[in-house]
Formats: sequence, structure tokens, C-alpha cells
Amino acid sequence: MLLKYIFKRILVMIPTLFVTSVLIFTVINLPEGDYFETMVAEMQAQGEKADMSRVEFLKKEYGFDKPPAERYFWWVTGLLRGDMGYSFEYQLPVRDIVGDRLLLTMIVSFFTIIFTWIVAFPIGIYSATHQYSWGDYGLTFVGMLGLAIPHFLLALIFLYFANIWFGTSIGGLVDPQYLNQPMSWAKFKSVLEHLWIPVIIIGAGGTAGMIRKLRANLLDELQKQYYVTARAKGLPPGKALRKYPLRMALNFFISDIGDILPSIVSGAEIVAIVLSLQTTGPLLIRALQSQDMYLAGSFLMFLSFLTVIGVLISDIALAILDPRIRLQGTATK
Amino acid sequence: MNILEINDLKIGFTVHGFARDVVKGVDFRIPAGKTVALVGESGSGKSVISQAIMGLLPRAGAITGGSILFRDPETPDAVTDIATLPAEGKEIRDLRGGRIGMIFQEPMSSLSPVHTIGNQIEEALQLHRPMPKPEARVLIETMLKRVGFKDPTRAYDFYSFELSGGLRQRAMLAMALICQPALLIADEPTTALDVTIQAQVLDLMCDLQAEMGMAILLITHDLGVVANMADEVVVIYHGEIMESGPAEDIFRRPQHPYLKALLKASPHFDMQEGERLVALREARPRPPAAPKPAPAQQAAGQQAPLLAVRHLRKTYTTHSSRFFGKGTTSTVTAVDDVSFDIERGECLGLVGESGCGKTTLSKLIMRALTPDSGEIRFDDGKDCIDLLSLQGEALRGFRPKLQMIFQDPVSSLSPRMTVMNLLREPLVIHERGDGAEQTARVKALMDDVGLDQRFLSRYPHSFSGGQRQRIGIARALALDPELIICDEPVSALDVSVQAQILNLLKDLQAERGLTFLFISHNLAVVNYMADRIAVMANGRIVELAPRHTLFTAPVHPYTKALLKSVPFADLDRKLDFKLAAPGGASDTRHWPAGFKPDPDGEPLAHLDLGAGHLVLAKPGANVRELA
Repeated sequence: MLLKYIFKRILVMIPTLFVTSVLIFTVINLPEGDYFETMVAEMQAQGEKADMSRVEFLKKEYGFDKPPAERYFWWVTGLLRGDMGYSFEYQLPVRDIVGDRLLLTMIVSFFTIIFTWIVAFPIGIYSATHQYSWGDYGLTFVGMLGLAIPHFLLALIFLYFANIWFGTSIGGLVDPQYLNQPMSWAKFKSVLEHLWIPVIIIGAGGTAGMIRKLRANLLDELQKQYYVTARAKGLPPGKALRKYPLRMALNFFISDIGDILPSIVSGAEIVAIVLSLQTTGPLLIRALQSQDMYLAGSFLMFLSFLTVIGVLISDIALAILDPRIRLQGTATK
Repeated sequence: MNILEINDLKIGFTVHGFARDVVKGVDFRIPAGKTVALVGESGSGKSVISQAIMGLLPRAGAITGGSILFRDPETPDAVTDIATLPAEGKEIRDLRGGRIGMIFQEPMSSLSPVHTIGNQIEEALQLHRPMPKPEARVLIETMLKRVGFKDPTRAYDFYSFELSGGLRQRAMLAMALICQPALLIADEPTTALDVTIQAQVLDLMCDLQAEMGMAILLITHDLGVVANMADEVVVIYHGEIMESGPAEDIFRRPQHPYLKALLKASPHFDMQEGERLVALREARPRPPAAPKPAPAQQAAGQQAPLLAVRHLRKTYTTHSSRFFGKGTTSTVTAVDDVSFDIERGECLGLVGESGCGKTTLSKLIMRALTPDSGEIRFDDGKDCIDLLSLQGEALRGFRPKLQMIFQDPVSSLSPRMTVMNLLREPLVIHERGDGAEQTARVKALMDDVGLDQRFLSRYPHSFSGGQRQRIGIARALALDPELIICDEPVSALDVSVQAQILNLLKDLQAERGLTFLFISHNLAVVNYMADRIAVMANGRIVELAPRHTLFTAPVHPYTKALLKSVPFADLDRKLDFKLAAPGGASDTRHWPAGFKPDPDGEPLAHLDLGAGHLVLAKPGANVRELA
């Protein structure tokens, strides 16, 4: 039963991803010109002479003389085969540029989500159960600060104080000597050492939002009759809270997984530039600026794929967790 | 021996910094093994008292004086004063659920939808009487069987949303009683249930009380339920006790004017023709409304009915997908071959339990839904209109003739519009008169429904439920409709306010010659309002008769079951609980053969018993004999 449902959900993903790919392709191709024209213009502006024959050759080589529909077709079929295309700017296959950074991006995202939950959960519960207390107001204030301060500013502040107080430079995600090395235990340790700052910074906004949402949801649930019933049974307040309202508030938590993945990945980009993290963010921004079509497009496709997977995971988890979704539509007995 | 003694109990609430006494020095007692009914209108403080006994007062509330003495029959020498126990301490938690069980009004929201009922019952059991799991399971299944689950082993793993309202309340009872408490607090336990299901649940409560010997504190506003259940009655009004004593005294010799008034305010079956309800607080007098100009030609004798409904049918197709499986498409027939007439100037009552299709029917007539087949004709004396063929501008032009009064006076008025705008809106939509004329009309409407014209600039939230319903009535009257559909107009109101609104509707009908289709599940209310009554079950009209005939000589088993399930506020006519069919009265399996729909045999038809009395049965069946 569950397998069948998952299979159905995966089928639904196909049209979603197709539409996304068309959108991405169209949007990237919308501005006038292409990567080569941008390049030629840039070179001419700097007074250099562009090798026009080489440009022409490259254009032909990458199919830029062909209609967009055809180019789209080659791009998508390439993606399906695992070929993400070729970056003009770096003159390397996209996979080689992105590979390492994707892994780092996923590590940062994963830890950010874990951090968000670990911090947001207890604070949200405290705020809801102690509504309008000083603790609630104080935490709400801190949370609002987290929401209101832009990530990059927070990153700069962190950089400054880390340097003053600890005398360390916290830029980057790994020590420079590991930069182009394959993943190893030592490299992983180095990543962990550098990880906490970007995780806190990137997670701050999400955490604050999560606290507010959890508090509001829980406050609603605490008014519900079944919570009174649970207490009327003689359950201690903590246990009653955990078993009933919290369980109900979990639903929104899970359905948030789908949203949280892309927002963390994309929200992290500017922070990544400030902190010079070797994640995919700076790469994407540069690629979009220079219309490095295949790098940007393939990368965006990867993001949408993450989102769709996130939604899939949350849907499946919801169905497992909530009997109302699982058993929906069956007759009353 | 008294299980519970409440002495001079005072409870205060602090809202927005203002302290307010909600319960002002209340004394009563609950003897062991007896049922005490706490009766009062909403806001009288009866629920607050029950919360105080359980130690579950909301954060804004606190006990400001007095004592709640609980004496456990198992340890009769120890007396606990619940009022002094810390709110979340161990002592009060041991009492809660262990020695005092509680059930609530809304069985749907009282149970967690994400835990099985077995899980929730076991939790209560393990808290107070820890035992190995298999043993607990046996005990719980025995309890589930006792409260009426046919297959307790399966029922253990049901979720609350898989159960009907009656079964949910039974599961709540099982949960409250699993630890064999000395006291059961039942806060409006049957208010949300249909009458036949109410009778069953009350019956079950009586049986369980006889078996387990617990005392019951029954909180209700329904004097009929009180008369059938209570040994002692406590009447509370605005946080003060008006009268208390044995049920015998209370019903036979009511002393306090409030109680006398309460008894007079509720409609009952023995009302004489033309007898009026006496509202608890008489509404402000209002001038009689101007009669509506008589329709152009009044052909004497044979006059076509105002509304003629023929063979109306509406099915809903629900795509019920089991989430992890193949979806199945099932068709529910909400309205099935319904035909009736409404004569000009009469009030036709439409009665039935929840889910019988009465609201769907009203929506079909209002053209909010489109029927699958059938015909609705509207004849206002000038021309005969085929309602279902109206489209666009023609339908808009027709709308003023047919208006509706809704059940919920809170959600049916926009909170962002003043009363003036609310009442004016229909006039504006249908371009009736200029601004000054509209204002004058709105003012006249306020007079008609007994509201002060100075209220016009207020918003709905500043009115009580009864006043809001008056606004709803004024809005329905604004366009001088020929027919008004009243969909449960008083079921959300207290007894006293209900009497005012019913009287207002009756007066308006008499003064303006209005025609009503009055939909209700409350037989006594329909009895008070209607000239003729149609009884609906499973989407069909099973019986249609003049009011008096229906109540004195019902023929259809469903009508009979309904009538038998209504509790009277009269000690001499207690309900025979056992008559109610186990699956509710609309369960066709328990109907005699002559009324049972038979998929292979002839379709059922309406047999004419004379004098406008129709009953749905097999053609040719001798209904008189069957009945």
C-alpha cells in the first residue's frame, strides 16, 4: 500500500520537474544575448581583441546557432544521462565544478536543519506553555531579531567578533590545504570545525520563523478539547503536552521539510559569499551573472529536484504519522 | 453519604485586568450513587463549577473562596478539599481520571484524532491502576463491549474519526469509567447528539451507574434530560443557585420564579393550539409589522401552492480514496425522490436527524445546489415560475422572493459590516429605492424585529446570540420575500432566547402573511411552529402530516422512534430508553417489512391515509395494520 503510494507520488514528480526545467531554461535565455556575446562585450570594453573565429566555433559547438527548443532538448536529455553540460566560464564539465561543492552544500543544509529544529523545538514549546510570561517575551524578542537581521550582516558581525574574541578567521568551510582534496576523515573534521558559524548564521532566520510557527500552532492545540480530556484523565502536564498537542503540532513541522530545503540552500548563498564558503551559492550567482547557461541551469534543476524530494519525504512522513491522512475517506464504522 | 460537598464556592475570572465573579457562593452536594443535575443557561457558571471540581480551571480563573470536599467511598474517613489542592499537584491528578471521571459535550474534539481509542483508554487505566499490557487490554475490551461496541477487539484500534458521534461518546464513557471512579461529571454529554442517539447514551449512563454505583454530576440546559436522569436538581443562574432539591420537588412544586419561567419557556408537546411560549425575559415590545399588500388576484377555493417540489433528487459522488490504495467512487443519495407542497401562508416543518438530507434540500430550493432531476415550481399568484430553469438575470430577479434564515447567527453575519450595511445590502443589490428610502426601510425592519434603531451603527460582535438572530431575520425580511427558509434558526440559542425568537417568527408570520419552510431536528420546536410537518430520513420524506396528526397518530416507524426519544420535562412520562433502535432510528433494518426499502421488490410509494397524511411504504401494504 505504502509502496504504491510512493510510486504514485514519484510519478507526479515527473511533470513537476518537466515544467520547472522549461521555466528555468526560458528564464535563463530571456536576457538579450548569450554567454559569448557577454564575454566578447566584456573583452572589448577592456580594450582586448576577441578571437571572433573562436567564438563562432564555440557557438556552433554548443549549438547556439540552433533554435532554443532544440537546445532545450539536448540539455534535458543530457541531464537525464547525468551529463550536466559544460561550463563556458570554467571550461570544464559542470559536474567537475559542482561536485565537491554540492556535497558541502548538502552538509551545511543538513546541519542547518538539525540546528533549526534543536533550537526551535524547546523554545517554541516554552513560549507556548508560558504565553505572555517574561520568558516568552524575551525569547520572542530574540527570535524577532533573528528574523529581522539580514544573513549577510549577521555573517559580518560574526566574522568581526570571532576575530576579536577568538583570534580566528572563520571564513571558508575547510582549511585551505584540503580544498581540492578528496573527502577524507581529516577533511571531514576540518569541515566540522568550520561548520558551526555558517550553520548558526544561516539557521538564525529559519529558527526564529520556526519558533513563531511552533508557538502559534501549539497555542491553538492547547485550546483544544482533547488536551483538556488528557488532563482530566490525570496525566501530568508535561506528558499530556508531549503526547497530544505536540504530536498534532508536528504535522506542520513535517510539512515544512519541503519548504525548508530550498530556502536554506538559496538563503545561504549571500552568506556563502561573505564567509567565502566553498558551497554552490557563489558559483550559482556568478553563473547567472555571466549567463553561463549550462552551469546555472543544471544547478537550478538540482535545487528543484531537492525541493521535490523534500516535499515527497514530508508527504510520506505525514501519511505515516497521521492516521487521518492515511485512512482518509474510509467509511465511519 | 455525600461524595462531594460544595460549600460557599466562589470562582473569579480576571479578563483584561478586570476581576469578575462568575460563581458567587454556591452550595450543593452529590450523594453517593445518585445523579445530581446542574441546570442553567449558557454563561450561568455551571461548566466553571465542573472545571473547578476537576482542578481544570482556565488560567484566568481561580477559586476565590469556599471549599469542595471530596469523600472517596473507598476511604470514607479521609476528606480532601479540592479547592486547596495545587492545580497540577499529584493529589489532584490522582483524583482526576482515577476517582473523578469526566465526559464532554463534543465527542469529536474530546478525543485525539491521531491516537487509537484503545491507546487513549489504556493511558487512563495505566495512570491510575498500572498493570501488564495484556491484562489491561482484556479489561479495556470488556469495557468497550460494555459501552456498546459490537466488536471490542477491532474497536480498540479504531481512531475517533472513524466512529459516529454516538460511538465516540461511548468511547469517551469507556475512558472516563475504566478506573471505576466514584464520581462521573458529564458536561452536556448528549447536546451534540441526535435525539435517538441521546436516548441510547443516557440509557447507557443509567445502566453503568446501576452497575458501578458511581455518582453522576450531570450538567445540562435540557430540562427533559434532567427529568429523565436526575435524583436531585440544582438550578443555577448567573453564578447563584436559584433552587435545589429532589427532582420530585423541583418538577412538581417549583418555587423560584426563575425555575417556573424556565419550565414555561421550553416548547413541549402538550401545548394547546394557540398557546404561546413565555420568554424568560420578555423582549422589548415592538409595534406590529405592516401587513404585506395582498397578492393581486386571490382566486377563492382552488389556489396553487406557493412552492411545489416534485421528485427532487440529488446525489453526491465522493471519491473516497484510501490514501495508500485504489480510490473507490461511492454515490450518496442525499435527497431521493422528494415531493411536497408549501401552501401560501403556512409553515411547513421539516424534521430529521443529522445527515438525513434536510439541509441539502433547502440548498436545492435556494438554487445553491443543482439537483440531478426533479422539478420545483414557484407560484406567487401572478405567474408560475419553473425555478430550476431560471438562469442569470431571471434568477437574480427571482431571488428576493425566496430568502433564508441561517442556523449560526455568528458566522452568518459579516463581522466587518455594521447592522445598517448588513440590512441595507439586499436593498442595494436589488436596487430598491434611493438612499433615503433604503434607510427608512432599514429602520422599519429594526422595529419589526424588536431591535432599537440606535443599534444600526454597531457591528454584530456587540450583540448577543438572540439579537444577532433578530438581525438575520430582519435581513431575510428586507426584500419582502414570499417564502422564507428557516434552517435550524434557534438550535444555537438558549431556551429563553429561543422562546423569544420563536414568538417573533410566529408574530411576523401572522402579521405579514409569511410562508415558512422551517427546518429543525427539535421536534418540540417544530411542533410549536409548523402547521404541517414532513419527516425526513435517509434522503426521503417518510411521513408528511398535519401537525396534530403527526404527533397523535404517527404511522412510520421512524417518526415513532423520533417521538419516543424526545425527553419530556415531566416526571410522569419518563422515556422508555430501550425502544430506541441500536443503530439509530434511521437504520432501515429495524423497520417493519412494510416500510423497508427492498432493492428487488416494488419501489416504496407515498400512501395517502387521508386528511393530508402521507406515509412512505410498500404500495398495497396495509399500513394501519403494520403500525
